[in-house]
Amino acid sequence: MNLNLTLIGQAIAFAVFVWFCMKYVWPPVMQALQERQKKIADGLDAASRANRDLELAQERANETLRESKGQAAEILEQAHKRSNQMVEEARDTARQEGERMIANAHTEIEQEINRAKEELRMQVARLAIEGAERILESSIDEKKHRELVDKLATEL
Amino acid sequence: MAGSNLTTTDYIQHHLQNLTFGRHPDNGWSMAHSADEAAEMGFWAIHLDTMGWSIGLGILFLWIFRKVAKTASTGVPSGLQNFVELMVEFVDDSVKETFHGKSKLIAPLSLTIFCWIFLMNLMDLVPVDFLPMLAQKIGVMFGADPAHVYFKVVSTTDVNATLGMSLAVFALIIFYAIRTKGVSGFIAELTLHPFNAPNKLAMVFLIPVNLLLELVTLLAKPVSLALRLFGNLYAGELIFILIAAIGLWQLPLHFAWAVFHLLIITLQAFIFMMLTIVYLSMATEEH
Repeated sequence: MNLNLTLIGQAIAFAVFVWFCMKYVWPPVMQALQERQKKIADGLDAASRANRDLELAQERANETLRESKGQAAEILEQAHKRSNQMVEEARDTARQEGERMIANAHTEIEQEINRAKEELRMQVARLAIEGAERILESSIDEKKHRELVDKLATEL
Repeated sequence: MAGSNLTTTDYIQHHLQNLTFGRHPDNGWSMAHSADEAAEMGFWAIHLDTMGWSIGLGILFLWIFRKVAKTASTGVPSGLQNFVELMVEFVDDSVKETFHGKSKLIAPLSLTIFCWIFLMNLMDLVPVDFLPMLAQKIGVMFGADPAHVYFKVVSTTDVNATLGMSLAVFALIIFYAIRTKGVSGFIAELTLHPFNAPNKLAMVFLIPVNLLLELVTLLAKPVSLALRLFGNLYAGELIFILIAAIGLWQLPLHFAWAVFHLLIITLQAFIFMMLTIVYLSMATEEH
């Protein structure tokens, strides 16, 4: 176990290795480690942020849903009201129309009756004249009695 | 067993000898052919196996980590990147827990220490004869005497390797201490603690005592750092060699010791790293 030049050789080799390690090995590895740490931290941050965003979005969506539900109910109610109104209106119109038609029919019927009465009167007058002619044969001057008969007819 | 004509003692000694190249007083710059020759070379020798394996493993570590670092993506990490990031994060956490100052050096330094020592220790789990025998075969191809091809695979069982690292750490300790406290502060720390006296004259007598105590404390740091790692791994390696020397029954024993040793090599790498961080944080702390 003799001490010799190996001692110095080892010390020099050691120094060179340490220098190399310090210069070319340690910094890049350390940098990579730190960068990865930062990346992971950023990723976690982003994840929590995204979670928060998601919660907010869900809340907003719920609110919108609630609002739209309310609106839909309102619209539905209005529609119901409107339809009821329309039905009511239609019913009114129909009733009025029916009444008018009935009234028309009544007047028409009355006119018809009047016309029929007139005609009947005429026919009765003619029948009466014809009967009288037949009874009196030609003793009656048509022109003379015509006036009388017409008067009679209007009195009928 | 490396050759049946060897005695067990020879076998063990052969395994504990480094492949040494150095300046022999008689032969000049040459390979050491025996442990004695290696010892005679004194300081001007270098352990080729220790250097080769440690540098090779260091490059392997840096190559893997650099490969990942170049393509490091911030997306989902895949296999190798996952592993590298795990290591980096583990080391970074350990450093942040202990070292409270700001330094760009401490964390990569700790990572290098941990991974490098772990890889070097890991070579201990390779069966003790595999690589030395391969080295012998290669040595014979180049015309060397197989008995003289020594090959120690585990660099951390060489006290030179561990002491080299701990001395580098020691230099950093002193550098950081001076940087935070200044030269005068550093000297004051060595001389004015732990004994202090309001009387100037008494202080003059206390300074050498303080200096002695503090210097021992200071020097104990790199020495204990180096010897702890070296001792653990050397003992572990020795037990592997002893197990390998007993013949057929080595297999279950080898397995059991390897499982236990797996804990030791990780723990020792971790301890070296943690103590480095602790020493450096102590050096940067103001009193």
